Amino acid sequence: MRIGVVTFPGTLDDVDAARAVRYAGAEPVALWHADHDLQGVDAVVVPGGFSYGDYLRAGAIASLAPIMAEVKAGAGRGLPVLGICNGFQILCEAGLLPGALVRNSGLHFICRDQRLRVESTATAWTGAADAGQEILVPLKSGEGRFVADAETVARLEGEGRVTFRYLGGNPNGALADIAGVSSADGRVVGLMPHPEHAIDPLTGPSDDGLVLFTSVLGAAVGG
Amino acid sequence: MARVVVDVMPKPEILDVQGQAVTRALGRIGVAGVAEVRQGKHFELDVDDAIDDATLHRIAGELLANPVIEDWVVTRK
Repeated sequence: MRIGVVTFPGTLDDVDAARAVRYAGAEPVALWHADHDLQGVDAVVVPGGFSYGDYLRAGAIASLAPIMAEVKAGAGRGLPVLGICNGFQILCEAGLLPGALVRNSGLHFICRDQRLRVESTATAWTGAADAGQEILVPLKSGEGRFVADAETVARLEGEGRVTFRYLGGNPNGALADIAGVSSADGRVVGLMPHPEHAIDPLTGPSDDGLVLFTSVLGAAVGG
Repeated sequence: MARVVVDVMPKPEILDVQGQAVTRALGRIGVAGVAEVRQGKHFELDVDDAIDDATLHRIAGELLANPVIEDWVVTRK
């Protein structure tokens, strides 16, 4: 299986994302922001960082990059897409996921290991997790507070599209402790914390993050 | 060419933490009596006369503002 990892100017976590893809047993494929070609990949990761310097709004300019037109078209065909941190912001700005990410309520940039609960295993990126499983992965963001109007949040909760929730205290003021959400078809997932930094206890707080990348292997075969 | 101003503000229901921080800082420079500050963005565009209002609102709604969290006002000068 080949999984694309997108690099924009200002992307920081593409190398770790590619490493996580490799640890999961897939082949990472580098995708460049200015290209109009997904190179036939079976899934896409939009990694974290500060695309285009976060000018205008975090993720806003990246959401209009040429490669994102292809990612949006792919998502429309059911291509699994994972957005991590800045990647989550980009997917929201691109309209692939609902809501928006705004400045942390405490105004501080949060950098810590964060416990999460996997609230849904009905997505392409959580199918290999146990329902309700707790994972420990790094969180590092200044604009990680998930917001959406009340109707959207009620719909997400009702449809089981809250994929990850913060445990042990809400770090950034996110509505309903929401750390990650999915698209209606469960193929597109975004989350603020960084599973790609937690795939090996040697370099991260756990290897809990690997389950997202192994999940998509099964999702691609099944889908 | 015409000068067009687009002002973008966080929606009233969005907690504006940047504005709150500014409000608190006013006390530190010795100013009392300002109940609330809200922080937005101000864009100035020099546009061809052929650009119509619908296009200006598309510019504002698809790029300059995020309609999920922000409102905007377009003004031709």
